[in-house]
Amino acid sequence: MLLSALIFLPFFFVVLVVASPERLAKPITLVSTLVHFAFSLLLFKHFDPTTADLQLVEKVPWLKELGITYFLAIDGISFWLVLLTTFLTPIVVAASWSTINKQVKAFHISLLVLEAAMIGSFVSFDTILFYIFFELSLIPMYFIVGIWGGENRIYATMKFFIYTMVGSLLMLAGIIYLIFQCDAQLGGLSASVLDFYKLRLPFIYGSFISPQNILFFVFCLAFAIKVPMFPFHTWLPDAHVQAPTGGSMILAGVMLKMGTYGFLRFVLPMFPQAVATWTPMFMALGVIGIVYGALVAMVQVDIKKLVAYSSVSHMGYVILGLFAMNMYGLQGSLFQMLAHGISTGALFMLVGVLYERTHSRKIADYGGLAKAVPIYTICFMIITFSSIAVPMTNGFVGEFLILFGSWQASKLYAGIAVLGVILGAAYMLWMVKKVFFGEAGEIVKKYSDIKDMNLREMLAIAPLIVLVFWMGLFPGTFLKYSNKSMDHLVQNKQEYRLKQYSVSPQKSSTVGDRREF
Amino acid sequence: MLSSAMTIGLGHYIFVSGALFVVGLLGVLLRKNIIVILMSIELMLNAVNLAFVTFGYYFDDVNGAVITLFVIAIAAAEAAVGLALVVNLFKNFRELNIRFFEHLKG
Amino acid sequence: MFYLLLFAPLVGFLINGVRFRSQNAKVAGAIACSAMAVSFLSAVAFFFQLKGLPADERVFKFVLFNWIQVANFSAPMSFTIDPLSMVMTLIITGVGFLIHLFSVGYMDHDERPAKYFSYLNLFVFNMLLLVLGSNLLVMFVGWEGVGLCSYLLIGFWFTDPAKAAAGMKAFITNRIGDAGFLLGIFTLFSVFGTISFEGINSFAMNNPDVLATGGFTGGWGAPVTLACLFLFVGAMGKSAQIPLYVWLPDAMAGPTPVSALIHAATMVTAGVYMIIRLNPVFLIAPDAMFVVACVGAATALMAATIGVLQNDIKKVLAYSTVSQLGYMFLGVGVGAFGAALAHLMTHAFFKALMFLGSGSVIHAMHEEQDMRKMGGLKKQMPITHWTFVMGWLAIIGAPLFSGFFSKDEILWMAFHSPRGSVVLWGVGFVAALFTAFYMTRLMAMTFWGKSRVPKEVHPHESPWTMTVPLIVLAFLSVFAGWLCVPHGVGTLFGHMHNYLDDWIHPLMATFDMPHGENDLQIEFMLMGLTLFLVFVSSLVAYTLYAKKPEVAERNKERFKGLYELVYNKYWVDEAYFKALINPLVRFSQGLWSRVDVKVIDRLTYNISDMVKNAGGGLKMVQSGNLQMYALYILIGLVCSLWFLMER
Repeated sequence: MLLSALIFLPFFFVVLVVASPERLAKPITLVSTLVHFAFSLLLFKHFDPTTADLQLVEKVPWLKELGITYFLAIDGISFWLVLLTTFLTPIVVAASWSTINKQVKAFHISLLVLEAAMIGSFVSFDTILFYIFFELSLIPMYFIVGIWGGENRIYATMKFFIYTMVGSLLMLAGIIYLIFQCDAQLGGLSASVLDFYKLRLPFIYGSFISPQNILFFVFCLAFAIKVPMFPFHTWLPDAHVQAPTGGSMILAGVMLKMGTYGFLRFVLPMFPQAVATWTPMFMALGVIGIVYGALVAMVQVDIKKLVAYSSVSHMGYVILGLFAMNMYGLQGSLFQMLAHGISTGALFMLVGVLYERTHSRKIADYGGLAKAVPIYTICFMIITFSSIAVPMTNGFVGEFLILFGSWQASKLYAGIAVLGVILGAAYMLWMVKKVFFGEAGEIVKKYSDIKDMNLREMLAIAPLIVLVFWMGLFPGTFLKYSNKSMDHLVQNKQEYRLKQYSVSPQKSSTVGDRREF
Repeated sequence: MLSSAMTIGLGHYIFVSGALFVVGLLGVLLRKNIIVILMSIELMLNAVNLAFVTFGYYFDDVNGAVITLFVIAIAAAEAAVGLALVVNLFKNFRELNIRFFEHLKG
Repeated sequence: MFYLLLFAPLVGFLINGVRFRSQNAKVAGAIACSAMAVSFLSAVAFFFQLKGLPADERVFKFVLFNWIQVANFSAPMSFTIDPLSMVMTLIITGVGFLIHLFSVGYMDHDERPAKYFSYLNLFVFNMLLLVLGSNLLVMFVGWEGVGLCSYLLIGFWFTDPAKAAAGMKAFITNRIGDAGFLLGIFTLFSVFGTISFEGINSFAMNNPDVLATGGFTGGWGAPVTLACLFLFVGAMGKSAQIPLYVWLPDAMAGPTPVSALIHAATMVTAGVYMIIRLNPVFLIAPDAMFVVACVGAATALMAATIGVLQNDIKKVLAYSTVSQLGYMFLGVGVGAFGAALAHLMTHAFFKALMFLGSGSVIHAMHEEQDMRKMGGLKKQMPITHWTFVMGWLAIIGAPLFSGFFSKDEILWMAFHSPRGSVVLWGVGFVAALFTAFYMTRLMAMTFWGKSRVPKEVHPHESPWTMTVPLIVLAFLSVFAGWLCVPHGVGTLFGHMHNYLDDWIHPLMATFDMPHGENDLQIEFMLMGLTLFLVFVSSLVAYTLYAKKPEVAERNKERFKGLYELVYNKYWVDEAYFKALINPLVRFSQGLWSRVDVKVIDRLTYNISDMVKNAGGGLKMVQSGNLQMYALYILIGLVCSLWFLMER
C-alpha cells in the first residue's frame, strides 16, 4: 500500500489546500510536501537493494476485459527517481514562495497533482496506468507555465503541450497494439509491462517496417520528445524561459527524467533487436545532443535559456549512457539523471532568485555581481562546478561513468562526447564570468542595494548543495540501490539476444534471422 | 378498362410524386425565403404522401394510407412550430432571408 | 598521521572559507600557514619512516572509502605514499608552506585575505590528492581540483575583466587536457583492466622482455601508445606544453604567490609527475615517448625565445616556466625520468624563489610589473636581489648550482639515450642559451643598470614574512642539486651518489642504456660547450641591457619584423582566436539561429500549419448556410444509396 499512499497522498493534500484560506496555501503545501518527503523515506526501510525483483507490488484488476490492472511496483531504477520527486517538491514550494502571487491555491494544487502524476508514472508497471500518469503530468505543467509564466507563456505552454502530446499519443497506439499482441502470443489481453517483456515482436533485419521497428520508433518518439533529444528539443528552451522558477525546477529536475526513465523501462527491454540495430543512431543523437546543446548554450544571451540548453547537453549524456548498454553506461545514466535533477534544479532556482530581484535574465545586463551578493555567488559557483562535472561533485560521477561506458561501446562516440566536457566548462564559465565578474553591469548598478540570499532561499538551496557533494563523494550510496536492477536489465538483454526469435511457426515468415550483432 | 396507352398506372403516380419531391427539394435548396422553404418542405412531404398512398393502393396494403395520415398530422404540427419560429424570427430580426441566419458557421 | 598530512589543508580551507569575509590577513594567514606546517611536518615524519624501511618496501597505503564501484570497475579513494609521491609531497608542502608565509606579507592590504588563503589551502589539498592518489581517478580528482583552484586564484581579483578572463582561459584550456586525460584513463582500463597505478605499472615492470624489444609494436594505433598520447594531452594542458601553453602566461593575472605556487612550483609539474608515475607504461610506448620528447623540446625552445622580449617581469618568468617544463618533458621523453624529477624539484625551488622575488619587487613597486620602469633595484632591495641572483644562477645552469645538475643531465640524456637524438639535444641546447639570455636580461633590467623607477615610487625591502621564504628557497636553489648529482659529474666528486635516483629507483622501469668507451669525455665536452656559450649569452645580455641599452634599442629597429613576431608571442593567441574560437562561436550562432530556429522550429511550425490549414479547408464546409447543409445531406443520401445499390 506504500506506493498507492505515495501517489494519493498529494491528492489528499490538494483537498487540504482547497479547504484552507488562500494565505495559508503556501505553508500548508510546504508542510504537506515535507511530510510527503518524510513519508517517502519509508521506502528505505521497505526497499531491498540486494535483489532485482519488483518490490512493494500492488496488483489489482481494474479493467479486466482489457487486461488493464492497477499494477504498482518499485525497483532499483525507479527507486531514486521517486525520491528525487518527493525531495524536490518541497524545495520547489520554498523556491517559488515569493514569486507566486496570483492564484496561489491553484499553483500549489497544480504542483501537488504534478507530484502525484510523476510518482505514479515512475511506479506504474501497467502501461495504460503509466500512460495515464504520464499524460496527467502534462496538465498541471500546462497550467503552471500558462498561468504563472512569463510574457510569452501561452505560446510556450502550447508548444510544450502539443509537442509532448503528439509523441505520447502515438505511444498509446503502440501500447494498444501490444495489448492485442499479448492476446495473440500469450493468450489473454494484458497491459502489464512484464507481459510486454515476454512478447516476441517480429523483427526483420534490413526492413524498416517490421512491427518491432515501428513500435520501437513510436515509443522512442514519445520519450525522445520528453527527454528531449536532439532534434526534438526546441520546446524546452521556450518552456523553461517562460515557466516560473518552480515550474522550471520541476520540469528540468523530474519531468525530463520521465523520458529517460521510459527508455530504461520500456524501450530497452521491450525491443531488443530494434535497439541493437538502432543503437549507433541513438548514440549519435546523444552525442549530437551533447555537443549541439553545449555549442548553442555558448551563444545564448538569456541565462535561463543557457541553462535550458545545458539541460539538452546533459540529457544527451544520459541517452549516450543508456545506449552504451553496459553497466557503466546505464548506472552512469541513472546517476546523471539524479545529478542533473539536483544541479539543474538548483541552477534554475538560483536564476529565479536573481530574476526576482532584478527582473532581468539578460547576461549582458550583469557583471560584477560577485561583489554585491557574495553568498549567492558562492552557491552559484558550487552549482556551476557541479554542472560542469568537477570531480567530487555529483556531475562528475555520472558523466565519467557514461563516458567510460560509451568508450567501451564505441570509441568514436565517446571521443566526440568528451568535447562536451570542454564545451560545458566553456559556456558555464563564460556566463559566470559575464554575470559575476568584471565591472558592475547596468542592472547591478541600478539595483545597487540588491539583497543577498535570504534565510528561506538559503534553506531551500542548502539541501541541494549538500546533495551535490554527498553524491559526488559517496556515489556508492546511490549506485548501490540501482545496481541489481541494472544488472538484471543488462543480463536480460543478453538473454533476449540468445533466444532470438522462436515465434509460433505459422508466423515464421516474419521471423528475424539469428544474426549475431 | 381504357386502352393501355391511356392507363394512369403506378408509374405515373410515382412520376408525379417524384416531380413534386424534386420541386420541393429545389425549393428547399434554392429559395431564400424561410416561409417558401417551409412550404417546399410541405411539398416534399406531400410528394411522399402521394407515393405512400399510391403504393398502398397498388399493393393493397392499408399501411400506406395509415402512414400518410400520420405524416399529415405531424406535418401540420411541424408547420405550426415552424411558422411560430418564423414569426418570432421575423419579429426579432425583421428578416426572412435564410442567408441572414449564418451565425453557426465554423 | 596520514589524515593530518592530507586533511590539514582541507581543514584550513574550511575554516578560512567559513570566515571568508574576514579582512584580517594575519589571522587568516596564521590559520593557513599552520595548516601547511602541520601538513609539512607530517610529510617529513613520513619521509623518515619511509627512509627507515628497506628500499623495496618503501610504501604506505591508505584506503579511505570505496568511491566509485560499478561492475568490475572500481576506483577506491586510496592513497599511496612511496618514494616518488614522497618527493612531490615534500616539495608541495614545503614550498607551499614558504609561499603561504610569503603571502601573509604580500596579501596584507587585500580586501579578502581569508578567501585567498582558503583557496590556497584548497589548492594544496587537491595537489596532495593528485600526487598521493593511488589510482588514475583519484589523481584526476586532484588534477581537476588544482585546475579549479587555479581558476579561482587567477581570477581572484575578479573585478578586473582581464583577470577573470584569464582564469576562464586557464580552466578551459586545462579542460581540453582533462578531456584527453579521461580518454587516457578509459584506454588504459581497456588495456590493463584496472586503473590503479600499481596494477598498470606492474605489467610493464614484470615483463622486461616487452621493454627489451622496444615496447608494443603496432605503431601509433596501439592502445598503449594511444593511452599514453591521451594522457600526454592531459599533461600538455596542465603543464602548459605546445599547443596548450597559452593559458600559463595569462595566468600571471593572479596574485604573485599564486604564480609561484601553482604556476611554477607545483601544479604545472603535475604532467611531468604523472608521466614519471606511469614510466613503465610510457616506456613500452616508444612512439608516444618520442612525441613527448619532441613537444617538450619544441616548447622549451619556443617559450625561451618568447621570453627574450617580454617586458612584464612575471611574463618572462611565465615563459621561462613553460620552457623549463619543456625541458622536463624532454627529459621524460628520452627516458631520463630521474633527471626530469630532479629538474622538477630544483625548478620548483628556483622558480618559486624567482616568482616570490618578483612578487617582492612588484609589492615594493606598488603593483608595477613592467621591467622598463624598474632597474637598479639592487640597492633598495638587497635581500631580494641576492636571493634572486641565486635563482638566476641556478636556472641558467651555472656550475654547481642546482639547475646545473638537473638540466645538464637532461641534455646529456637527450643526446645519449637510445630514445634521444642529436636534434633533441640541439634544440635543448639552443633553448639553454636563450634561457641564459632572457634571465640575464631580466636581472639586468630589474636589478642592475640605471634606475628607471618613476619618482613617486619608493621601493623598499619587504617584511620578514616575505624575505625568510626567499632566503630558504635561495638556499635550496643553491644546494638542492647535490641531492641529484648525475653520474658523469659525480665522477668528479669521488663518485657521488645520485640520492634522488637511488631513492626512486624501485619505482622506475629500467631500460638498457648504451655504454660507450668515450661517454664521459663526450659528456664533459658537451657540458663545456654549453657552459661556455651560456656564459657568452649571459654576457651579451648583460652588456645589452645593463650597460648599453641603446644598442638593444637599435637592434630592435634593425630586426623589426622578427622583433614584432617574437614580441607578440608568434601571434599564437590571435591565431587560436581566428582559427578556432571565433569560427566556433560563429558556428554555434549559426546552429542556434539556423538549425534551431530556421530548420527545426520551422519544420514543426510547418507541420502544425499543415494541420491548421487542413482544418481551415474543412472549415469552409461549415458555412452556416442551411441550404448547403441540406445539399450535403442530399449528396450523402445519394452516395449511400448508390453505394448500397452497387453492392
